[in-house]
Amino acid sequence: MHSIASMLRLTVAACGIVAAGLGPVPGPARAAEEIVLYTARHYGQEKAFEAFTEKTGITIKTLNGDAGQMFERLRAEGDRSPADVFFTVDAGNLWNAARAGLLAPVTSAELAKNVPAHLRDPDSRWFGLTMRARTIMYNVKKVNPADLSTYEALGDPRWKGRLCLRSSGYIYNQSLLATMIKRHGEPRTEQVVKGWAANQPAIISGDTKILEALAAGQCDVGLTNTYYLARLLAKDPNFPVAPFWANQATTGTHVNVSGAGVTAHAKNRAGAVKFLEFLSTLPAQQMFADTSLEFPVNPKAEINAIVRGWGPFKADDVNVASAGELQAAATRLADRAGYK
Amino acid sequence: MSLAGTRGLRPSPLVLTAGAIALAVAVPLLVVGTAWRQPAGAVWRHLWQTQLAELVVNTLGLALAVGAGTLVVGTALAWLVVAYRFPGRRVFEWALVLPLAVPAYVIGFAFLGFFDWGGPAQSALRRAFGEGARLPELRSGWGVALVMTLVFYPYVYLLARSAFREHGLATLEAARSLGHGRRRAFFETVLPMARPSLVAGVSLAMMEALADFGTVSTFSYRTLTEGIYRVWNGMFDRVAATQLASLLLLLAMALLLLERALRGRRRFTQSRSRGSGVEGERLTGWRARAATGACLAVLGLAFVLPVGQLLLWAGEVVGGARAPRNFLGLLASTFALSGGAALSICVLGLILAYAVRLHPSPGARFVAQFSSMGYALPGAVVAVGVLAPVAWLDGLLRDLGQLVLGRPPEWLLTGSAAAVLFAYAVRFLAVGYQTIDAGLVRIPTSFDEAARSLGVRLPATLRRVHLPLLRGGLLTAAILVWVEAMKELPATLLLRPLGWKTLAIEVWELTSESRWAEAALPAVAIVLVGLFPLMLTTHLTSRRPD
Repeated sequence: MHSIASMLRLTVAACGIVAAGLGPVPGPARAAEEIVLYTARHYGQEKAFEAFTEKTGITIKTLNGDAGQMFERLRAEGDRSPADVFFTVDAGNLWNAARAGLLAPVTSAELAKNVPAHLRDPDSRWFGLTMRARTIMYNVKKVNPADLSTYEALGDPRWKGRLCLRSSGYIYNQSLLATMIKRHGEPRTEQVVKGWAANQPAIISGDTKILEALAAGQCDVGLTNTYYLARLLAKDPNFPVAPFWANQATTGTHVNVSGAGVTAHAKNRAGAVKFLEFLSTLPAQQMFADTSLEFPVNPKAEINAIVRGWGPFKADDVNVASAGELQAAATRLADRAGYK
Repeated sequence: MSLAGTRGLRPSPLVLTAGAIALAVAVPLLVVGTAWRQPAGAVWRHLWQTQLAELVVNTLGLALAVGAGTLVVGTALAWLVVAYRFPGRRVFEWALVLPLAVPAYVIGFAFLGFFDWGGPAQSALRRAFGEGARLPELRSGWGVALVMTLVFYPYVYLLARSAFREHGLATLEAARSLGHGRRRAFFETVLPMARPSLVAGVSLAMMEALADFGTVSTFSYRTLTEGIYRVWNGMFDRVAATQLASLLLLLAMALLLLERALRGRRRFTQSRSRGSGVEGERLTGWRARAATGACLAVLGLAFVLPVGQLLLWAGEVVGGARAPRNFLGLLASTFALSGGAALSICVLGLILAYAVRLHPSPGARFVAQFSSMGYALPGAVVAVGVLAPVAWLDGLLRDLGQLVLGRPPEWLLTGSAAAVLFAYAVRFLAVGYQTIDAGLVRIPTSFDEAARSLGVRLPATLRRVHLPLLRGGLLTAAILVWVEAMKELPATLLLRPLGWKTLAIEVWELTSESRWAEAALPAVAIVLVGLFPLMLTTHLTSRRPD
């Protein structure tokens, strides 16, 4: 029984700690100026955030989470939400938050100047802050890049059994298909995706996993975001996979964003706007580009050397908001086409 | 005889409390049901035309395979360590619980890393036997079922082991003295007596399989949880996703009815607290080697391989030494939430199990069972189910504050440790209740009657008779909840206070960016934090009374 008593003491102690956390969650009353950030982006922004605090004296309190869940929490908290800024990956998620009325429009000359028009909301409720390209990746020892051309051509029977793809439930693939629908309409896109499915792609969870599968020779061609490859190349310059810029003769390579908006019920709206503006300026954009190896949205910032080595490319300039508008249609289309 | 005399009386405070608990925990489940008030016919038509059959068949098949797998592996290992003596048995006895401390998706990922096409296993195979050599595809129903069996068998093992310890050897001895062979005695006497524990363990494992999202998505295997995620995040349709989740609730309900039926009407009870003094049979020669080998194989696959992989990854970053910032903060949040969950859920589970014991009506059983169904739902669905009533309470508190104080309170329950603990209760009450109940039904009701006839009142009976006998069951329950809560992700992510971060969240943030090397350190920490209580329990429950 002695041991039970000591267990009890332990648990009582644990309860004490919990009780400390049960207490009031700090509300809008704030001592120093701060902004509260709900973010579904978890990598490569720390330096830029620190620079913001250093420059403005505004501290940043963050809550990390999954995009769908942050959305639910923001909505449930309503006008009493402590959040000032919602930051997430994928334009579809931003579009959805804006549609639900969770984001307020921001009029800012600075943001309009720094962020190209197709990478922000036409109604100014969110702004892309980093750009990512999703393109064709191939094993340099097994594939002649002359055989590659477009996303659409991956449905060609020559790639049968040679493709590695993420599942169609994966958000970046949904966005890719959504913009394809925007360009070609549903019937043609469905034909394309049926072609992919007919090639019996290996469905692999994780862009890095796909790149490793390409390197190991499990498949020859895949679709991933470029920064995953950049990170692998930073570790091993001889990693035998290279990107092929898709659709250069047609629509341009598909791009997506991570970005942010000011919440509809922000308690520190001015601070939140300052924050977004800062992130779009050259110093912050440079930090993003250097740590996360994505593309800066601000054309003045310099692209990281590894990424620059792949050469310039033509990006699809359809507004990324269409990734959201057509995402549900893209998901249904993939289901119909038999692309898992 | 039994306790029929207590029926038909006015509801006791105990029953009222149990009812209130069950109701509170059922609210988020009912929220799932209310999704049906809104139409989502188009999504259902689409699912029906494309994949619904596949999702349901995959889900059912997976749950059944995991049920069968954990039953065989868990029961066999438990019987091995209780009934036999062989090299390493003392270590295996506690070590076989260890896989429970490793999050399922970590085991899954390590498995893929090792056995995948480009991994060391198949690369070696190709070097040895040429390019054509390959293992069966791991990204398949069998692969997922194998991994889940390895992750979840400890539920069956733990419960079976304590059941076998309490009566197994003595029963075996008795059966053999009646001239039964060892095998026959095991299958006809020992196993049926342990049935409530086995069934409880298996149903926990099956509910885990129903609710899992991390592992199936790692393996690109399509089940209902994957479909829910796809509808929710891909089609931005939470209503339809929640309706789809209610299919899982139906499956869980069917499972629980099945469990009831399988547990049977007979009540198996023990007459002694534990330890019959009968020694296990000593194995020699190839039998001993086979026993050791079987334990080693399971432990190697389910624990050594994934943890070894984690340590390798951790080693990669130790040079760069990017230790997680605020590691103590991570530990404190993890301990506080898991400890709070273990304590509160054991108390709730005990109240429920006790109420059912004293008032064993079918209605009471149903209520208790229903309150544990949150376990079969994906954590994300439970989390949103919790969010709705908590946000409603926040609204109520605001109006109350307005009315009484003239201003709304400056805090929200949404985003508090209380909300997280509530979600844990919804999700893990099954673990607490099932485990405690399985222990409680083995205590003969004649003990209660004896105590009553001696004039001992109810609370004293609980304290002096049941709790000492239930010690093993309670500790097992506490530990299972602790480990579950420590690994829990979606509800913690959604409902936690600003600035609180657990080890599981740190791991998730890093892995969602494919940064496995950096995720390895906090993942190892999860395993270590889970190991400590696992070993403590095993130590406490395996000590025999003097």
